[in-house]
Amino acid sequence: MNLSRRDLLKAAFASGVSFALPGLDLRAANQRGNERQKSLIVIWLGGGASQLETWDPHPATKIGGPTKSIKTKLPGLEIADLYPRVAEQIHELNVIRSLVSKEGDHERGTYLLKTGYRPDPTLIHPSLGAIASHELPNDQVEIPAHISLLGGQYPARGGFLGEMFDAFKIYDPSNGIRNLKARVGDDRQQQRLKALEVVSKSFQAGRRVQVENTLHQLTVERALRMMTSEQLKAFEIDQEPQAIRDAYSDTQFGHGCLAARRLVETGVRAVEVTLQGWDTHANNFTGHETQAKQLDPALAALIHDLKQRDLLASTVVLCIGEFGRTPKINPLEGRDHWPKGFSCLVGGGGLRSGLVIGETDTEPQTEQDANKSTTLPHDPIEVPDLFATILRQLGVEFDKEVLTPIGRPMKFSSGKPIERLMA
Amino acid sequence: MRWKLLLPGIVLLAVIWLVSFVTDQPLKGIATEESARPTADLDESIPKVNSFFAKRWAGENLQPVKQADELAVLRRITLALMGTVPSLEEIRAFEQDSGPDRLQRWTARFLHDRRYAEYFAERLARGFVGVEGGQFIVYRRDRFLNWLSGQLEANRPYPELVREMIAGNGLWTDEPEVNFVMAGYDDGEGFNKNKLAGRAVRAFLGQRIDCAQCHDHPFDHWKQNEFAGLAAHFGQLKLSPVGVREDRDLKFEVEDRHTLEKKVVEPAVPFGDQWEPTKGTRRERLAAWVTHPENRRLERAIVNRVWGLLFGRSWIEPVDDLPDPPGEQVAGPNIEGAKHPKSLKAGERDLLDLLGADFREHGYDLRRLIEVIVASKPFLLESKSDSDDVPRLDRMKEHFAIFPLTRLRPEQVIGALYQASSLTTVDQNSHLISRFIKLTRSNDFVKEYGDLGENELEDRAGTIPQALLRMNGNLTKETIDATPFTASGRISQMAPNDEKFLELCYLVCLTRRPAAEEADYFLPLLKQVRPKRRGQAVEDLYWTLFNSPEFAWNH
Repeated sequence: MNLSRRDLLKAAFASGVSFALPGLDLRAANQRGNERQKSLIVIWLGGGASQLETWDPHPATKIGGPTKSIKTKLPGLEIADLYPRVAEQIHELNVIRSLVSKEGDHERGTYLLKTGYRPDPTLIHPSLGAIASHELPNDQVEIPAHISLLGGQYPARGGFLGEMFDAFKIYDPSNGIRNLKARVGDDRQQQRLKALEVVSKSFQAGRRVQVENTLHQLTVERALRMMTSEQLKAFEIDQEPQAIRDAYSDTQFGHGCLAARRLVETGVRAVEVTLQGWDTHANNFTGHETQAKQLDPALAALIHDLKQRDLLASTVVLCIGEFGRTPKINPLEGRDHWPKGFSCLVGGGGLRSGLVIGETDTEPQTEQDANKSTTLPHDPIEVPDLFATILRQLGVEFDKEVLTPIGRPMKFSSGKPIERLMA
Repeated sequence: MRWKLLLPGIVLLAVIWLVSFVTDQPLKGIATEESARPTADLDESIPKVNSFFAKRWAGENLQPVKQADELAVLRRITLALMGTVPSLEEIRAFEQDSGPDRLQRWTARFLHDRRYAEYFAERLARGFVGVEGGQFIVYRRDRFLNWLSGQLEANRPYPELVREMIAGNGLWTDEPEVNFVMAGYDDGEGFNKNKLAGRAVRAFLGQRIDCAQCHDHPFDHWKQNEFAGLAAHFGQLKLSPVGVREDRDLKFEVEDRHTLEKKVVEPAVPFGDQWEPTKGTRRERLAAWVTHPENRRLERAIVNRVWGLLFGRSWIEPVDDLPDPPGEQVAGPNIEGAKHPKSLKAGERDLLDLLGADFREHGYDLRRLIEVIVASKPFLLESKSDSDDVPRLDRMKEHFAIFPLTRLRPEQVIGALYQASSLTTVDQNSHLISRFIKLTRSNDFVKEYGDLGENELEDRAGTIPQALLRMNGNLTKETIDATPFTASGRISQMAPNDEKFLELCYLVCLTRRPAAEEADYFLPLLKQVRPKRRGQAVEDLYWTLFNSPEFAWNH
């Protein structure tokens, strides 16, 4: 089974009608290319994927382990041979091989790689998706604008922008969404809601302003709107032709990526899809093989699918985790946490494509060096700069200063956009 | 697959643990009349608070709103102290109580209820150690909670608890208070002294110096070297086979950010040197300094926190970033343009100082502090006003001339749900099964509803997942289902007429009787309900009441 590229093409052609999801603003949903408002898909590799077993392999070196490399469609770029399908699509994105951070702990690293800021005990920064949905609202969308699929321990948060901007968490879209069905038939539901109006009104007497500020009414209305929204169909991945579903592969993560595409198509601003299981302190190589079987088809299909539908130009795709893994292979055939030179994929949304930024040491390092190395990779990229780039590309004023609830001015991103990535 | 053989054993162990967890909390009856008397000398303190507010309201040209109905105040008290609404049983007993000062007596009664010790311990613990579970092997938040609730139940003077948390030695399982320092322990890196210093100052002195770790405080006077001096007090912490202890040979070193040289920093305090004793371990000296009677920050911080937990909003926000005590000269430049968040006039005494001094003069008695606040004028005010004038309402809120509307914590929502599903009080004496369900389900619900973590006193609006959970969640369905075991089922069976039926539902869910317009709406509908459909009618009514803003907000 090599690429199912041809199948995908066929399927995409056949399913042309599925663009027009019923009931939503066709104008917005059907806009394509540069016309379309920008969206963001974050593929989150929870636990920290090894750069050496993904986009930055060093075969036949002391640090490389048994991982081999393969050529990609981008001349000169080789990635780990666990990713034959991604190799066919990677030219649509860019590879950064020199991300650097100081956070080697899962929680702290996740915080940095989701918000662009290091943890600060005095406030919580908003995640990328929260900023995007805060700054780029879309009235036409009846389902939440910021969604986390298969979320792990630390789903994206709204931070000081408020809980309204927390990612709406859906652990497994193929199981349906929790608490979305009314428990009684429509007649009774209507009666309950009518009664609710009476009780609410009585509470509002003398408290009109205060009750309005609670947003209670608004959240109930939006919840009801969501419960009956046609746009929920975006979650029904079984509506997709079999060929497309096969391309993403029949895994939870594959379903998540497919749902992400459908959600973006519907107008959702930011989707995060999590693939857990990268924390390979032991058996790094078999672990990454297992992971790749899920990531490779789903990510490749996602890029291809977005491209086919002319959605890639309006959708920034970021594939990243909280850190990379040590060049040194430990006695358990594992790799430990490594924030000092790791990789990510980023592209789409009108960013340039086909760039490879940064380089980690190709020279085999001594064991001591590998452990203690404080040398940075060539052309190091700081996380805040990556975030500034993405925010600007989405159309967000990345250095806008907002006041946190305690009145402290804070920029959405403290970084500077990486000009090379801008088209 | 040999480990599978162990599975039954693991399950058995888990069951034993759960049962012992539930049962090792002693059964206690509702406090006896004797122990539940209000503290004797409340009359010395309440008028002082009231006159503070009378002056402030007059000075701000604000007219406070009317006094709230006593049942509404009762609901605030049980929500704040026990995280639940009053049971029908309690409402009935309260209404039959015709003696004087019944709110004060009932407050005292709740303060002697085990539910208070447990619930309030969790609230306070958020400020002391945060919400993270941490590394189970070296940190036991559950033990810490048990310890803290034991201290609240014994009502030990507050500074003693603080001293034990900062300076305690031993194993985190035997001496649960040392979990305060263990919360700052990281497997790879040992004790994080900076984190501990920042936490201690925030939790006990109500000031945020964490940012001075890396740079001088942007809008206050804390200096980086002052932070290092404080952190040095934790510099001799050591983890040994017998747990936490002090190692007098350890040195505290920090790296100079410019020269990158390491230098030894000796313990020092940023102000009030004279309060720090010269004897004792470093942590003992820090604990003595933090709790010195002249260190007003200690009492101001706890008063502000307790005020916040009772009202849902602290007097000064955020709860742990207080300005320096008025009139206190502290080294360092005054910040330009900085003004007291409560716009104190020159010479005016701050509420935190007034209540703080009162707290200190009365033996740092936490129960008494709560009694005073709950019995003073602001707590008894209505949450509604005739005015729609937003700036004026904001000022009234700021000066507590109206009771603030605040979102209930997830624990309070689930506590209220559970209580409303029963006619009798759900407490330590409840059936083992229902307590077990409460324990296990609460955690899931809290997670799904969205835990606010440490920042629980921030002003927050509701969210869509919360609305969905309240409307369609499993728990809502289970608690409103009219069965012979639920309150809704029993009300539908036993209420002699529609009026009583409606009244009972309202009392159980909202702690009040239906307003005229509500009765006008519901009674004709109820009249049409055939006896067979009464179960449905009660479920619908319960659903409506659960989903009303009134249920999910403190008012």
